[in-house]
Amino acid sequence: MNSTTKITPFDLTTVSLREVNHYLHHQVSSGDQVDILHPNGIHNLAVGLQEAIAVDIHGHTGYYAAGMNQQASVTIHGNAGAGVAENMMSGRVHVKGFASVSAGASAQGGLLVINGDAGLRCGISLKGADIVVGGSVGSFSAFMAQAGRMVICGDAGDALGDSLYEAVLYVRGTIKSLGADAQIEPMTESDQAIVANLLEQAGLSYDPTDFQRVASARQLYHWNADAKQDY
Amino acid sequence: MCGIVGLLIKNPALRDSLGALTVPMLIGMAERGPDSAGLAVFTQPIAESDRKYSLYSGTTVVDWGQLAQALHQQLGGTAQIHTQGNHGILSASLSPAVVKPWIHEHYPAVHILSTGRTIDLYKDEGQPAAVAERYGFSRLKGTHVVAHTRMATESAVTPAHAHPFTAGEDFCLVHNGSLSNPYSIRRMLEPRGIHFDTDNDTEAACRYLEWRMQEGDDLKSALQKGFEELDGFFTFLMGTQDTLALVRDAFACKPAIVAETDDYVAIASEFRSLAHLPDIDHATLYEPAPEEMYVWTVS
Repeated sequence: MNSTTKITPFDLTTVSLREVNHYLHHQVSSGDQVDILHPNGIHNLAVGLQEAIAVDIHGHTGYYAAGMNQQASVTIHGNAGAGVAENMMSGRVHVKGFASVSAGASAQGGLLVINGDAGLRCGISLKGADIVVGGSVGSFSAFMAQAGRMVICGDAGDALGDSLYEAVLYVRGTIKSLGADAQIEPMTESDQAIVANLLEQAGLSYDPTDFQRVASARQLYHWNADAKQDY
Repeated sequence: MCGIVGLLIKNPALRDSLGALTVPMLIGMAERGPDSAGLAVFTQPIAESDRKYSLYSGTTVVDWGQLAQALHQQLGGTAQIHTQGNHGILSASLSPAVVKPWIHEHYPAVHILSTGRTIDLYKDEGQPAAVAERYGFSRLKGTHVVAHTRMATESAVTPAHAHPFTAGEDFCLVHNGSLSNPYSIRRMLEPRGIHFDTDNDTEAACRYLEWRMQEGDDLKSALQKGFEELDGFFTFLMGTQDTLALVRDAFACKPAIVAETDDYVAIASEFRSLAHLPDIDHATLYEPAPEEMYVWTVS
């Protein structure tokens, strides 16, 4: 932290959510740090941030924390509710605990790190962001994920990567089942480098060679009139 | 959308505070369910031969003392009543087979919300805070509680459609979600003599599970059959004489979070309803997995 960093603490037991979000939108400059205490599961905290600031949230957040993030680095020192980092554009969101359903849904850029487990539908409709999950992900994760990468250090639930487009998934643990059109592919050196890089960014130390690559077989890309009711 | 709330007290010293701990949980879920609220509290069981009946009279003013007295004079046995506005908890040394028809005949405006040896039940229309205030929820004592805030999505807003729903004795269920086959469940149960009070989908689940237990299933077996028969989205929280049980559908569409400490197990749709609980910062927190059964027993 350099000497110009401005640290501003907010306690959500005494300050309203609207005041905090207003401050984060209108009264910060790049490089500022904001500490938020006692979120107590409140919804929509630190949403739509546009400056390269650091926000530390001490406690558990409710729905949509750090959604639509641009440039900011948001750390949740606790668990996150549904839709954390939904539609993130850039920057970084780090959940130290577990994340509920739909973490990183539709995220277009930036990095989402979850140290614990993620619930169902993690990375649904992912559009370009990277997601690193230290634990396991629930069923239907990466459903219709279009671009971006997911590194899953634990296990994956049912229907992983159902209807994947160009997103690529790396899984260290067991995969309960793959979704339609998802397939396991050989890990290349390039894949290992990608995993190593993302793990390093997330602060996790696993061997990249332990991961499997899951990507689209691209069989759903084109309508096959002969398939009739096959799928 | 609806809010579900449950609390089971492990530490007997906290059982007098059950209602006081529950009310902020319930109010925390008010935004998920602003039209009605309800609560079932499980207390120490009354005598083996006695039963408690939670009664509700709606807008009809009932002389509850007279009801208890008339019941006693006409049917014998003992009868006592504890009243709170348009709710009355009648305790009587008479079987439900005798008491229920008598109430239906002599007090047709009175609804029997629950029957059993441990359960007291209150439910009504209104904001959860108003309902909690109306029935003095913060003063309730007991071992565990099942509560609900309702945002009606599939049937009318009336006190009868509010949750918890009950069936049989000492069994209640609250639900966040919606079922797609309540009428087929109902068409299966009605020919077996099971009566429905409302057209609500949750009532179908409640009566189905209680019917399975009447048929000999234990709670877990009944829930397993429920996974096969009940189609739709649900987080169900159930209370029996000595347990709380929680299940979510295969897609876990509806939220739930559990906090466990040495003193209690607390359940809510969202963490914000748990944030005020004592020592919550040191609780074990987790989200229940889809189609898994979570059952906690009063020790």
